[in-house]
Amino acid sequence: MGVGIQVDNLNAWYGSTHVLQQITLRIATNSVTALIGPSGCGKSTFVRCLNRMHETAPAARVEGTVRIGDVDIYREASPVETRRRTGMVFQRPNPFPTMTIYENVASGLRLGGINKRADIEPIVERSLRQAALWDEVKDTLHTKSGASLSGGQQQRLCIARALAVDPEVLLMDEPASALDPISTAKIEDLIFELKDDYTIVIVTHSMQQAARVAEETGFFLSGQMIEFDKTDRIFTNPRDKRTEDYITGRFG
Amino acid sequence: MRTRFHQSLDELKEKLLVMAGFAEQAIQRSIEAYRTRDMALVELVRRSEPAINRLEREIDATALDLLAMEQPMAVDLRFILSVIRINADLERVGDLAVNIAMRTRDSVDLAQVDLPVDIPRLGTLAAAMIRKALEAFIDGDAELAESVLALDDQVDELNTAAFAALSALIRDQPWLTAQALNALLISRNLERVGDHATNIAEDVVFWVHGRDVRHKMNAA
Repeated sequence: MGVGIQVDNLNAWYGSTHVLQQITLRIATNSVTALIGPSGCGKSTFVRCLNRMHETAPAARVEGTVRIGDVDIYREASPVETRRRTGMVFQRPNPFPTMTIYENVASGLRLGGINKRADIEPIVERSLRQAALWDEVKDTLHTKSGASLSGGQQQRLCIARALAVDPEVLLMDEPASALDPISTAKIEDLIFELKDDYTIVIVTHSMQQAARVAEETGFFLSGQMIEFDKTDRIFTNPRDKRTEDYITGRFG
Repeated sequence: MRTRFHQSLDELKEKLLVMAGFAEQAIQRSIEAYRTRDMALVELVRRSEPAINRLEREIDATALDLLAMEQPMAVDLRFILSVIRINADLERVGDLAVNIAMRTRDSVDLAQVDLPVDIPRLGTLAAAMIRKALEAFIDGDAELAESVLALDDQVDELNTAAFAALSALIRDQPWLTAQALNALLISRNLERVGDHATNIAEDVVFWVHGRDVRHKMNAA
């Protein structure tokens, strides 16, 4: 079951560069939220603040409050604990190349101290089913490596790996931008299925994708969140001129 | 910057304005034809219809292409949707102009009598509504578009009065039924022109502000 996310006055820096400024927003439980904006606008940094990954970069700093469910992740939880609750999927699928499909999905569980095959097996199957990959890989789980799969399958494998540790939030940073249209459609269908169980935040450069998958959309520009609203409102009649200029291509 | 796309939107607007010019001219000529019983004007109105129909198809095809190929958003999406709707309204205005011209042609062989209905005034008002709605479209002027609504009430009132007066005339002087029916149909056609001008004005408001004012306007 997903949980809501509350962000209040979030600021982030790389060294002296203030990359996120006073971001405040509410993300509803079991919803899909898309973040759009030009390159360098801070949207990826924002999702990396939601699972405490931003602070791992050199000279990176975060201020403000992020509550995932009831937990203030910067004051009441460790980075490890936070990342267990917030699965992350990146632009390029990154399966562990030397591991089998099965081991890829099981890796997070083993890191979490779950080692018994009888415990792991049902979770691997459930995660692969949730990621809509089970039928395609069930006969080669232990024989094929993650890297032998197609790009779209690899991305779904990474989603299965993220789901295996039973997170509440799924963060996706351009999860389909390296995929062909059919694989993209599968990922989008999957996002639609997964929102019943998870709260999903997706960074995307494709406005059509945001329009297709997200209930709410935030527009970021120069480290600020310019507008956050229902997706249909953003794409048919945004309130802010800067949002309109961006989504209609009148920008820059 | 999506320069090419925005140029295509400008071209779409220009095409619609050409269509608007034809439709506005047709309605003005049909009113003038009725007033002056000028059969040459009737013929001009009749001949303009194929051009209006051809433009309607061209504009629809261009708009469809832009929707499919460019996936427009926000104000651009609203603009294209408005163009598609206005295009259909203008085509209907062209049809109504032809209807008026045909009624005028049928009236010519009948004895000319003074009818208790001011068709030229109704025509001037309906044509003014179309012109204002189109000016609002050209300038993206939602305020001007909203001013078209008040005119529609006047057109409706004139049409209602014409109906009452002509019904009474048919009852009291049945030998003038043919003339009265022609005038009644022309009045009704002009009232419909006013409705299409209202639709165009509503589409301008939708394009500019993203507000759907249709039901509010209808209730007013």
